[in-house]
Amino acid sequence: MSDLYANAIGHWVVVVVAMLILFFVVLTATAYTVWFERVALGRIQRRPGPNRVGPFGLLQLAADGIKAAFKESIVPTKTEHVLFVVAPCIAVAAAFLSWAVIPIGLWYNVTYWIADINIGILLVFAFSSLNVYAIFLGGYASNNKYSLLGGMRAAAQLISYEVALGLSLVPTFMIVGSLRLRDIVGYTVSWGPYHGPIPLILLTPIGFVIYLTAAVAETNRAPFDLPEAEQELIGGFLTEYTGLKFIMYYLAEYVNMITVSALAVLLFFGGWYLWFVPPVLAFLFKVVLLLFLYIWLRGTFPRLRYDMLMRLGWKVLLPLGIVNVIVTGVILVATQG
Amino acid sequence: MADEESQVDGKPEHPAPLRGPDEGVPANPEGKRSSVAADLGALATGLKTTLGEFFSPVVTTMYPEEKTPRAERYRGRHYLRRYENGLERCIGCELCAAACPVGCILVIAAENTDEKRVSPGERYAKTYEINMLRCIFCGYCEDACPVQAIVLGPEYELSDTSREKFIYTKEKLLEPLPPDVEARLKSATPHPPASPGTSPQVGK
Repeated sequence: MSDLYANAIGHWVVVVVAMLILFFVVLTATAYTVWFERVALGRIQRRPGPNRVGPFGLLQLAADGIKAAFKESIVPTKTEHVLFVVAPCIAVAAAFLSWAVIPIGLWYNVTYWIADINIGILLVFAFSSLNVYAIFLGGYASNNKYSLLGGMRAAAQLISYEVALGLSLVPTFMIVGSLRLRDIVGYTVSWGPYHGPIPLILLTPIGFVIYLTAAVAETNRAPFDLPEAEQELIGGFLTEYTGLKFIMYYLAEYVNMITVSALAVLLFFGGWYLWFVPPVLAFLFKVVLLLFLYIWLRGTFPRLRYDMLMRLGWKVLLPLGIVNVIVTGVILVATQG
Repeated sequence: MADEESQVDGKPEHPAPLRGPDEGVPANPEGKRSSVAADLGALATGLKTTLGEFFSPVVTTMYPEEKTPRAERYRGRHYLRRYENGLERCIGCELCAAACPVGCILVIAAENTDEKRVSPGERYAKTYEINMLRCIFCGYCEDACPVQAIVLGPEYELSDTSREKFIYTKEKLLEPLPPDVEARLKSATPHPPASPGTSPQVGK
């Protein structure tokens, strides 16, 4: 295997195969995230959720996908035709690109990754900021006031919360001393008799709270789903989208949700380490728990007003993030010299 | 601030706004200042509530498989009844058509003869049609019928694929009643037979 990897052509073969597998796995995971969300939201409202198509409604997403794929692909006359079609493609591309640098532990000493680069987490942020273009261009190209409002909101919201999102992780980087995701996951401590991996949430709990809040805002999920806001903006940037292009936005939203959950697991919950549990199962378990947290938030909180959103971002999360960085720095200097 | 000043300067010209002491939502209930802890507590309460609901049993009725019980005298589709000897009850009097507020019943009566006896009375309904698209299921036909020939049964799933199929003809209406409805009609007759002595109203 390592010989194959060292060979230039073999390397590319491995990477392409890994990418295909990843694409399939993430798509499937997305479908079942949607199913999970619909069932969990249903339970929160004491409904059963989808339960007609296939056992436990597990094939519901296949049915929905086929239905959307066969819908007429409408591009309204007065839109910017090129941007209108390109925008959802950007959304999907940006969503999938982040997965290039996310490593997953498959078995006790087998780890999978496509690109193990030393600025991994920064790359994820770079790709996730592309989402702004997808939503804003979609809203602008639609030539519709609701879409444009949604797009504007998305641009302001994503840019504001990206700052907090970045700051929330700085203490983690300071503690670990690396931006490489595998290093962060494999961070070990030697505290007296204990020597081994530790979930970083124990060291930066405030960082996790900021990260979680900012991540919900970054992925445009309730209660920060102002760009869509069905009630006020009749779908916001999605208003003019139907069929496959709508599905692409939808897919991107859920892929982003999984990405953010997976990142939280890698950054704060020790990745795929969980006692004796096989790593891939441990990873899956933690991601599902975080996804449930997402859904739980959506099922509980009403949407924030726009000024509240901005106030929370700039006046609460940002100062908190800065203080968190400073305090972590002081403690690190005090303990490690 | 504006309120305080107006009260300090002098008596307000108008009486207090039409609002009771408990109405409206003051910015700070009971004068408490909102604190971060209280706000976080409120969020936690919300999360606890939804989690409690998550683990509560589902209350949905799985409709086509599982149906909620109908009231005993639920007014669904109509039935025309027969006597036990097979004769039709309907005597073609058209009182149901007259009572119908939307005029969805069409009765064309014909004379009974000794060779062809359809009902015990003088006449019978040669044609009996109900337009179910017009029917409002008020049950006045059932009330008007002197011989309890027409009753409203419990069926409510009456969808079909064409308008013509909603004009229920006599053949369809004469289908046998569901046994439970038949039993109810036998046990507690809604219109007691008008024979003196059995009915309390016909005393004297």
